[in-house]
Amino acid sequence: MTPLTSMLSLEFMRLALASGAVVGVLAPAVGFFLVQRRLSLIGDGIGHVAFAGVAAGLLLDIPPVLSALVAALLGAVAIEWLRARRRTAGDQALALVFYTGIAGGVVLVSAAGALDVDLFAYLFGSILTVSRADFAVVAALGLVGIVTVGLLYRALAAVTLDEEGARVAGVPVAALNVLLGVLAAVTIAVSMRIVGVLLIAALMVLPVIAALRIASSLATAMLAALGIGLSSALAGITIAYYADLPPGGSIVLVAAASFLVASGIDRVRSG
Amino acid sequence: MPLAVELRGVDFAYGRAQPVLRRVELAVAPGELVAIAGPNGGGKTTLVRLALGLERPTDGAARLFGEPAHRFSRRELLGYLAQRSQLGVDAPVTVREVVGAGRLPRTRLFGPLRSDDHAKVEEAIERVGLTAVADRPLMRLSGGQQQRAFLAKALASEPALLVLDEPTAGVDLEAQEALAELIERLHRELGVTILYVSHEFGAVERFVERIVLVQGGIAFDGSPSELPGHWHDPSHLHA
Repeated sequence: MTPLTSMLSLEFMRLALASGAVVGVLAPAVGFFLVQRRLSLIGDGIGHVAFAGVAAGLLLDIPPVLSALVAALLGAVAIEWLRARRRTAGDQALALVFYTGIAGGVVLVSAAGALDVDLFAYLFGSILTVSRADFAVVAALGLVGIVTVGLLYRALAAVTLDEEGARVAGVPVAALNVLLGVLAAVTIAVSMRIVGVLLIAALMVLPVIAALRIASSLATAMLAALGIGLSSALAGITIAYYADLPPGGSIVLVAAASFLVASGIDRVRSG
Repeated sequence: MPLAVELRGVDFAYGRAQPVLRRVELAVAPGELVAIAGPNGGGKTTLVRLALGLERPTDGAARLFGEPAHRFSRRELLGYLAQRSQLGVDAPVTVREVVGAGRLPRTRLFGPLRSDDHAKVEEAIERVGLTAVADRPLMRLSGGQQQRAFLAKALASEPALLVLDEPTAGVDLEAQEALAELIERLHRELGVTILYVSHEFGAVERFVERIVLVQGGIAFDGSPSELPGHWHDPSHLHA
């Protein structure tokens, strides 16, 4: 039995890799529009709110993925609400949600007496914790997210390129902005088992900025970002298996390496 | 036929600040080419935002094609070219992709463009003379070509009213001249109503029929040839 077939003979690895494949495509698909709109850190902000959701789930004894999804959705809507009304600058809105989330999470985790290894798995991911039921949720929500981005690609791109022009011409900009926040929240909730709430934002951003270095159009940038995200997730999980690491760290390091490679290619091409 | 743009007794202030505009009266008929000029900070962009229904007057009424501007139901008829600094061109987006985005108001929100929409996109690209560079990323084009691409984007939705906010800002003199000539030609060929916002009169004066000077209100509304002499003094523009 080769090392590869040996790894794939384990059910938990098959589930981890399948979940990783979904997350590896979904995260850059959603992150693509956040990066273009200079909202790269929104994923981080929502991730920290999701951490508070995980803690609330542990405290109230409800599935942490569910409570994290609810918290992430509330966080995403709160950021967009604050940003859209311009009462708070974008980075301040993010800081408010970001720090409230992490502080709330610490307090709730402490109250639940859950400062242990399980919590570490939610923060940085784990290849051991994906059950069949978890995978069903990841696959269903991930598919909905990917199909939504695919169907609304033109509309999301139009708002990204010229938000004011789109608003003048009657494109439902506010609804699309909220939808993008909701997609980011779903991505984070779906990804937390594999990548962890503190590192998922990196998988939404790094493949995209790597792809932007080598692409020659918006469409090829999107496809390249999906390819880099998918290969980072699969390679990162494989490395995590052999090196006994949290997969979130190895996935993000592979994605960061892909950025360095893309920058090198860009530099060579531009002479 | 209703007026394309109508502002009647319009006052506007941001929050509780001093009014930016007072007692504005403006009527633009369909097919007119009107320059909205005046010094920086004089209220040109605010006036345009009121006309487009993006802001609501503190007092008075703003109407678009006979409807209240903030509730205008046929927004696909509006084309808008924002100031260059507000347009995101950091991504490797091509001319064709930019112009394709402008077709969105005329199509379903979901799914790809249809073949007749692709034809309209190609037509808009051809009108601004960018067919040869249609697949090139915008970031590799000159400032003037980038503005032409965004102009084609505004044209792709076949607008009845085109609002161009400082279209020549930040591009070199030669490109400014070429862009001004292009806008004049588009107006002649398409008969579209155009509001051309600029703080520089020079590029505008030669081809518009009417110039509206905005400085806290309407300071002048008439033919460029009737413009009082002191407004031609460049130092006035930055007062």
